[in-house]
Amino acid sequence: MSHSSPETNADISNAEAMTSMPSRFGNAWTALIPIAIGIAIAMLLHFLLPSPQKNYYVKVAQITGIVIVLAVSLNIVNGMTGQFSIGHAGFMTLGGYMSATITYYGSMLLWGSTAKHGGFLGSGEWLFAASCLAGGLFAAVAGYVVGLPSLRLRGDYLAIVTLGFGEIIRVVLQQTAKVIEDPDVLANAGVAELVPPPLGGSLGFSGIPKYTSLFWVYAILTATLVVAWRLKSSSIGRAMISVREDEIAAQAMGVNIARKKVMAFVIAAFFAGIGGGLFAHSTGAVSPKDAGFQQSFDFVIMTVLGGRGSISGVTIAAILLTVLPELLRDFEQYRLIIYALLLVIMMLVRPQGLLGIHEIWDLWPRRRATVPAPTATSSVASLPTPSQELK
Amino acid sequence: MSDFAQTLITAIAIGSLYALIALGYTMVYGILKFINFAHSDIVVLGAWSSYSLAVKLMPALGYSLDAVPPIWVSVVILIAAMVFCGAIGFSIERLAYRPLRRAPRLNVLITAIGVSLLLQNVGQLSFVFGASPQDMPPLLSDRTLTTITFGEGESVHQLVIGLVDVVIFATATSLMLIMQYLVFHTKLGVAMRAVSFNTETAALMGIHVDRVVSFTFVLGSTLAAAAGFLIVMKYPSISQPAHTIWVLLGLKAFVAAVIGGIGNVRGAVLGGFVIAFVEQFGAFYISSSYRDVYVFALLILILLVKPSGLLGSPLREKV
Repeated sequence: MSHSSPETNADISNAEAMTSMPSRFGNAWTALIPIAIGIAIAMLLHFLLPSPQKNYYVKVAQITGIVIVLAVSLNIVNGMTGQFSIGHAGFMTLGGYMSATITYYGSMLLWGSTAKHGGFLGSGEWLFAASCLAGGLFAAVAGYVVGLPSLRLRGDYLAIVTLGFGEIIRVVLQQTAKVIEDPDVLANAGVAELVPPPLGGSLGFSGIPKYTSLFWVYAILTATLVVAWRLKSSSIGRAMISVREDEIAAQAMGVNIARKKVMAFVIAAFFAGIGGGLFAHSTGAVSPKDAGFQQSFDFVIMTVLGGRGSISGVTIAAILLTVLPELLRDFEQYRLIIYALLLVIMMLVRPQGLLGIHEIWDLWPRRRATVPAPTATSSVASLPTPSQELK
Repeated sequence: MSDFAQTLITAIAIGSLYALIALGYTMVYGILKFINFAHSDIVVLGAWSSYSLAVKLMPALGYSLDAVPPIWVSVVILIAAMVFCGAIGFSIERLAYRPLRRAPRLNVLITAIGVSLLLQNVGQLSFVFGASPQDMPPLLSDRTLTTITFGEGESVHQLVIGLVDVVIFATATSLMLIMQYLVFHTKLGVAMRAVSFNTETAALMGIHVDRVVSFTFVLGSTLAAAAGFLIVMKYPSISQPAHTIWVLLGLKAFVAAVIGGIGNVRGAVLGGFVIAFVEQFGAFYISSSYRDVYVFALLILILLVKPSGLLGSPLREKV
């Protein structure tokens, strides 16, 4: 699918080969084809399967798709760049609130009601898509602001700052005013009604039109996966991975580590914001509680279980951890205990996660990755093969 | 004026609680260089185990749950909770953190989050503590110790000093003094400081590193248990074990340790009081709904201006 072979992530020398690709246009096509295929599949799913509001399994499938978007985007910061953000739910909630504000008040102003407007790909859905984009951009700005301290802080200090960020978002959102439900009030609203913004306060913003459908979720999921994958095999992604492996060595190699860290935060926050928009429009409500650390921990657990930097690993973990609790509904109170035990045991037994830094297709032997078979006389035998992990 | 003084008293009482908890964070960080996320859950454990003990012990000794028992009952409960939490702290270190001694710090941090989630959710089980809030039976009378009256004529102010606040401050301060003595005037304390300075060299000097680390966890956990006990004395309605309130409490105590200079024992105490003052006065004079925001804003400010904290010494990056 891609031009790069799936060798180890630390193999930065290949980055040069990527950037000096003769045809940039060819590159663009390899990204667009999978996205087109993804959109086609999403459209098929949308028309073949029942509506998520009617069918429980479809609903689970839809939530799983959104969770994958969030887990894969967090993986860009935590897995690829090696920073430790535990405020991802903060970005998600910011995006959710932003897009909810746009669709709710936008459709009230445009069409005089907050009900869904237009059919599949109708004007209402385009407003929704634009609002998700706006949510993503808004979250990306926040990601830039939160990414800045990461230049001075490392490891656990950064974790605390991101955690504090999520909590600040939660507290600030709790101070907002009640949602305006009457279009006439909104039309005549002055500064007094709009400050503090009418976003529902601690009860949350509800009554958001439920635009999220399988089509939008899986189309955006495809875009997220393609961007993450292309990023990982690009020179930028390799520079990010080098920051994770050793900041000082990366700096010595000419990687601008500050830029790479902030970039990772911005990209991850952008997709988290879009995911938040999808979430808000699937349940019809967002609440300040969503920004809390408990939600963030869920995503962190997914990236850890999947393997740091492994897109397919994190996707698998996200699917497992979303579908399993649905199956274990009868054991609700043991769910988080199982989660926590999994996390601790995983760290003790397999600290690199399910797939480590590999992708799932690395598990199958393939011709391109093979190394000359070491013979007894060969001096190569003692050297690590490229497919071995460095750590 | 009287409001100011009243807020001051609350801030001092709360500050000594933050300081007690922050000591546990800072000692572990000083030695193992990771945030022990499970520390706040030890506080919860301290609070809930003192509740369970009180509920079981007081009827067994023939005291009613509504009346205030003699003071030795409270002391027994406090010591039992401290011993219990010390044992739990010891086991956590032994089972979850020690196997990871040489692993990357991020892995230990994730393990700590895992242990924290585990403690929270085991505590929520119906046969452990349950998932509903409880009311602590009164161990101290809620009488006011003294009332200071000052001012004249129309501006007469009354300042109420409650017994609970004094007990909290006295207990916390004496524990901190014991701790100060342990760290700075005993052989074990010298060993602790040596390990936090350089683990390998300390081991070469014949210090039993594992034993020192275990001792640090036991010490931190007993202080946390005492803090948990004192919290339920002040606020008798105990929130459920996984309530956000507990995690926030732990976070603020950690923030206190960072602000004071992490790894620095005196810094943790200073940070605890700074946090409590910012929180209480901010809540009183600006708005109480943003009380968590002040603390985190202060943290971010300190980290940007003086990342090593108020009393910390700047660290150079080793290549």
